[in-house]
Amino acid sequence: MENNAITAIGLTKKFGDFTAVNAITFEVKKGEIFGFLGANGAGKTTAIKMLIGLSRPTNGQATVAGFDVFKQTNRIKENIGYMSQKFSLYEDLTVKQNINFYGGIYGLSRKKIIEKTASIIENLNLRSYANKVVGDLPLGWKQRLSFAVASVHDPKIIFLDEPTGGVDPATRRQFWEMIYEASNNGITIFVTTHYMDEAEYCHRVSIMVDGKIEALGTPRELKERFKVNSMDDVFIQLARG
Amino acid sequence: MLRIFLAFVKKETFHILRDTRTLVILFGMPIALVLIFGYTVTNEFKDASISIIDQSKDNLSHEFVEHLTASGHFQLTNLPNNINSLDGEFKGGNVKMGIVIPPNFEKDFFKKTPVTIQLITDASEPNYATTLTSYASQMIFSFQKKYSKSAIPPYQIETEIRMMYNPKLIGAYNFIPGVAALILMLISAMMTSLTIAKEKETGTMDLLLVSPLPPMLIILGKIMPYVVLSFIDAVLVFAMGYYIFEVPIHGSLALLLSLSLLYLTVALALGVLISTKAATQQAAMMVSLFTLMLPTMLLSGFMFPIASMPWVLQYISKIVPANYFVQIQQAVMLKGAGWESISHPILILIIMVFVLFAAAWKNFKVIYK
Repeated sequence: MENNAITAIGLTKKFGDFTAVNAITFEVKKGEIFGFLGANGAGKTTAIKMLIGLSRPTNGQATVAGFDVFKQTNRIKENIGYMSQKFSLYEDLTVKQNINFYGGIYGLSRKKIIEKTASIIENLNLRSYANKVVGDLPLGWKQRLSFAVASVHDPKIIFLDEPTGGVDPATRRQFWEMIYEASNNGITIFVTTHYMDEAEYCHRVSIMVDGKIEALGTPRELKERFKVNSMDDVFIQLARG
Repeated sequence: MLRIFLAFVKKETFHILRDTRTLVILFGMPIALVLIFGYTVTNEFKDASISIIDQSKDNLSHEFVEHLTASGHFQLTNLPNNINSLDGEFKGGNVKMGIVIPPNFEKDFFKKTPVTIQLITDASEPNYATTLTSYASQMIFSFQKKYSKSAIPPYQIETEIRMMYNPKLIGAYNFIPGVAALILMLISAMMTSLTIAKEKETGTMDLLLVSPLPPMLIILGKIMPYVVLSFIDAVLVFAMGYYIFEVPIHGSLALLLSLSLLYLTVALALGVLISTKAATQQAAMMVSLFTLMLPTMLLSGFMFPIASMPWVLQYISKIVPANYFVQIQQAVMLKGAGWESISHPILILIIMVFVLFAAAWKNFKVIYK
């Protein structure tokens, strides 16, 4: 347990008669990049919402960063970062204003915010854009900025819900370099994606089908088990049922 | 070519039929507007509340009171003893006109000495006041005619009209409170509902919700700037009324401003409630326009007197917050009323704040828990 960033046991969410997430059990180790895959509507987003404290599970148990998803959602929120599939910075605020705002709502000190702002702008090479509104940035930069903002408060775990939708392969590659860097710094990454090349980058992946986790392991293990050459084929075999 | 055109028309029709909101506006709007304008933009009225101060209390004066109330247009609410009590009744808004019958009415009437009946109205709603006095004058004339048929020289009743609070019947006395109610409702409710809906639409709401901020704080933080902005707007409207259109503020300015703040809070609560239901800015806009702007304009009593409306609209007008705010403003600004005489509308606005915030909070919980 001690070495796990996330532990879920029989985690379930029902909406009326419909079971969106059906007793999923898995664990994510500290510093791991965990790919959370599944077809559209398989229940990934609902599962993430339970883990980040936006949705109360119907059944089961789970801890995130050592805190209980039923009783300690506030402690969880302090220790995680989140980037949703919708691009989620304020387009009409400048790069600096966005970083300041998110630093502010996580209660960072004035000094810390100034430091963070400087280091994010430096790391992302955004110097010439610092005082421009975010809406003017190219999509790839916006997404990297989103990621940086999601980790502004040095969270232990970062949840990324389809972070690279709609960008070209070169930009996705750059984005994954940021993920690797965060992982090397000991941050746990929990990521959903539809790109199977990205699945190959993950340390371990789980594949959800109709609310259940049907496969879990390293990309290599899964390819061996299903006797195929790529994660694409693993996914298609499972998703087809 | 025609086939292609028809395919296009068909597709567009499907869009419209699919979207119930558009349908409601398409058919609901003309029906509502025609009914509202048809029924309220008339000079007809019924059941107007009046007080009669009968200073002679003789047979003829009783007959006269009977004559006035038999028509069904006037409803006798009170029979006070002196004129001074009228002021209090006007401030509370329960009575719109007082009719004063002079002493020795019967004796003077039959002696054919001219008798003078006073019509005192609350002219903070100038149009309504004029309608009431002209109708009352007609009734007095017909009363006099009933007796005069056989009598030569005729019996004589004169009427003396007093327009209280607004003797010159200045329109601004009426529209400043109305405009204030409308502007504050629009800015506060529509802007808050739009700004929260925008966060939902762009996905930034999720980011706020995964932060350790308590949801209550998120909502309060979002509406706070609008409280300040709308309050400045309120001051602006009152100042313009005062300096440009010479609308007096007879009552306490502090009372007026704090009650404006109360009304603002109602409007903001409405905005938050709408935003918990509306997923997009467009939806928030539509709902705000339809459920806030039109009722505020048409059913707050500032364009059309509520007393002249059919009972259905009168009932609906009871849940329109602007209605109470217009009453409050007229009472405080024009009639110099203190909080005691307007405790009823104040209480209703306070109840509205609690009910609306509770409803908004419940919706919020349903969505995010």
